[in-house]
Amino acid sequence: MTIHYDQARWSDAEDDIYEPLLPEKSQQTVAVEDSPLPDDLTRDSVTLPDLSEPELSRHYVRLSQHTYGVESGPYPLGSCTMKYNPPFAEEVASVDDAFVHPDRSAASTQGTLALLYRLQEYLAEIGGMDAVTLQPPAGAAGEFTGIRIAAAYHEANGDHERTEVVVPDTAHGTNPASAAVAGYDVVEIPSEDGRVDLDALEAAVGDTTAAFMLTNPNTLGVFERDIEAIAEIVHDAGAPLYYDGANLNALLGRVRPGDMGFDIMHYNVHKTFGTPHGGGGPGAGPVGVVSDLVEFLPDPHVRQSDGGFELYTPERSIGKVHGFSGNWLVLIKAYAYIARLGEEGLLDTSAKAVLNANYLASQLDLDVPYEPFHHEFVASADDLDASDLAKRMLDLGVHPPTTKWPDIVDEALMTEPTESESKRTLDQLADAFNTAADEDEEILESAPNRTTARRIDQTSAARNPRLSWQALDD
Amino acid sequence: MTGSPYVPHSAEETAAMLEAVGVDDVTELFDVPDPVRFEGDLDIDARSEPEIRTEIDALLSRNDDLTEFLGRGHYDHYVPSVVDRISARSEFLTSYTQYQPEVAQGFLQALFEYQSMLVELTGLPVANASMYDAATALGEAALFASRVRETSGSTVLVPEYVRDERVSVLENYGAGADITVERVPSAKGTVDTSALMGAANEDTLAVYAENPTTRGTIEPDLDAIGDVAHDNDALFVLGSDPVALSLLERPSDVGADVVVGDASVLGMPTSYGMGLGMFATREDFLRQVPGRLVGASEDDAGFRAFTLTLQTREQHIRRERATSNICTNQAWVALRTAMHVAALGPEGLLETANRMVSLASDVAERLDEIIGVRAPVDDRHHFREFVAHTDQPARAIVDDLAAQGFAIHAVGEHEVQVCVTETNEGSIDDFIAAFREVAQ
Repeated sequence: MTIHYDQARWSDAEDDIYEPLLPEKSQQTVAVEDSPLPDDLTRDSVTLPDLSEPELSRHYVRLSQHTYGVESGPYPLGSCTMKYNPPFAEEVASVDDAFVHPDRSAASTQGTLALLYRLQEYLAEIGGMDAVTLQPPAGAAGEFTGIRIAAAYHEANGDHERTEVVVPDTAHGTNPASAAVAGYDVVEIPSEDGRVDLDALEAAVGDTTAAFMLTNPNTLGVFERDIEAIAEIVHDAGAPLYYDGANLNALLGRVRPGDMGFDIMHYNVHKTFGTPHGGGGPGAGPVGVVSDLVEFLPDPHVRQSDGGFELYTPERSIGKVHGFSGNWLVLIKAYAYIARLGEEGLLDTSAKAVLNANYLASQLDLDVPYEPFHHEFVASADDLDASDLAKRMLDLGVHPPTTKWPDIVDEALMTEPTESESKRTLDQLADAFNTAADEDEEILESAPNRTTARRIDQTSAARNPRLSWQALDD
Repeated sequence: MTGSPYVPHSAEETAAMLEAVGVDDVTELFDVPDPVRFEGDLDIDARSEPEIRTEIDALLSRNDDLTEFLGRGHYDHYVPSVVDRISARSEFLTSYTQYQPEVAQGFLQALFEYQSMLVELTGLPVANASMYDAATALGEAALFASRVRETSGSTVLVPEYVRDERVSVLENYGAGADITVERVPSAKGTVDTSALMGAANEDTLAVYAENPTTRGTIEPDLDAIGDVAHDNDALFVLGSDPVALSLLERPSDVGADVVVGDASVLGMPTSYGMGLGMFATREDFLRQVPGRLVGASEDDAGFRAFTLTLQTREQHIRRERATSNICTNQAWVALRTAMHVAALGPEGLLETANRMVSLASDVAERLDEIIGVRAPVDDRHHFREFVAHTDQPARAIVDDLAAQGFAIHAVGEHEVQVCVTETNEGSIDDFIAAFREVAQ
């Protein structure tokens, strides 16, 4: 087996040699004196790292070498859609004209508004929605926004008894969390053969239901083919159907949430539209709605005006969900990405994402209990510990899948290769899966051995939290 | 173009893969009932890289080229080139949340360093690895207060000077927990402590103040604000930013229980409001903190290592009982902020902060000399920005200045707000000259 992906490793044996930002190596305390402010308004001193620029540069380059990114190797984290991020999108988001203050007048920021408007239009087209807001700064913020829109809709109808949001047991954790933050009780319904159990759904929804949140394909990668029946049940109960866009990559150009009966959806542009995840953000979580809900969109919204674009407050707006207008630089990248692909590229994306998942699964010696799946699948490590197997995959030079979730699969390995991996890479990934799955438990339990750090003690990190260098000094 | 430029499959590979999975055409893999299949055409044309560059350049060049003297919560500080260069390394930019810490030590250490810098600047021992922006961090702080406050209470008191946008976000976050927001009158652009005392009672959940304030004023008596909060068993939530915190009173010294604010004032140029929510608090509230935390631990070989920790608070484990719904945060912005702080060092940061005091007072003084202008309106010390009274309607002043190439805020019928940092410092003379022309 040939593995081409490995991190640069620097200091296996003596990992404390080079950490200049840690305080004992580099800190300096400066007294606060000779300030134009009187003493009673100022602090006494400030202590921070103090390095020359060359030292600083080396420090961060070293840290980058201790970080695995999409350009380091395959990253098949299920539901995260870790696809290739084209550098050109980064470049177009760095032009000087992009850097404007959010309090600039609409008249003086016609370029920014034009781009936002075009992106709204693209996303509406892709999602089959009537209008899209770009304000939410991440997917979960989009969920929260969507639920607040549902709440405003019910309130406008004088419908005050709707206190519950229903989610399937396969839902991402953000769905119930967003519903709870918005003040709703969460009702979880079980799946039947990996899909929504229609009887359970029917029993769960009614006069108290504010929304049903679903992703399709769901987190098992399985398409909810009863989606029309689901939409009917939910709509009959008087509730909007919410689409979690985490798995939209599987559907691009082939199925649109709006056409499936969804009323509200969020897009994860950092997943579907190839903008980088940045180690966990910034993302952007635009929200699309059908026509009945447009008047509730966050403030402000971009629309066309005479010969240009303007910002306005929708009639019954929920108000704001971000201090300004969201993660603008991420939105430029998403626009560039969609424009680069066009319709054919979007279709090719969903085709190859689904083909790659199916091909990779076909090469594995592991069981995949729920089929057919689309762009991701959940394999079972069976009698092995999924986390151990994942750690061993790190030694084999690849990033492992999402482990131990969803918990309806024993020792789950939730795998999403995405469209940007070649057959050759998928074969290497399959080798890593199969090699690890064949190995003795001892080897798995002691893995990883070839990474920057060996297996990290999570328990003591949580039991004895040390969250800053100040805490290390204690 | 016949497909995505980011799909690497050759025709032969595709054929081999289709054969391996046992289908003739990839559409057979889509288990979708016919009625919901999309048969239309998406009205999106593919363009080449140069075409898109040209298009976006042309689009964004429609933005007027104005020298911004704008602030009010979103500030432009010069970002050293080393930050742009090093943060753009693809390992940082294209990695995911650090669920496999053994191959994410670099990013984890960078976030740990970011947390550490906030701990030093706020004096509070726990800082999370980021929220979206100042407004959402404030919303999270209100929900946090409702979890940790010992007695019931549902009102968050905010000073009149807080931006409406920030209050609107706070109201959206608070709505689900039946939290209401009440505005308390300001005096001289800072909190009127006697009005605050009158407004606070057993229903007060949290008292929020900013230092510096949205109007650029420096609060003269934060201790008194904290005392009002604590006398009513409420949390004292303080809004600030890392530049100001290097100079102004340490939040822990004035009784702040939570510090929120926008940390992207370092690390990011003005990006149409894209931010980095800062959140720091006391140790005894640790288990109720929203968002990600990076902790130090050890690996099997006994060496120090970093990992995400206390994840049982988070949505992916605790679901509807999580302390927050946040998942994707602003990690890469936090990385840039940490780089920027480290690049400045303590002297550079403090020097920048002192400069913000001098610049605001110098420019206010110069505007004050113009007939028809009084600056600053508030009899307070200022940081970066100040409010000026204009005899002419504020709207007209703003429009006339825009025609001369400058952007400032209108904040009242006859009040404008001006913000100065090192990035517009070089244009001050021209700005004053233009102001003189339009103010009379």
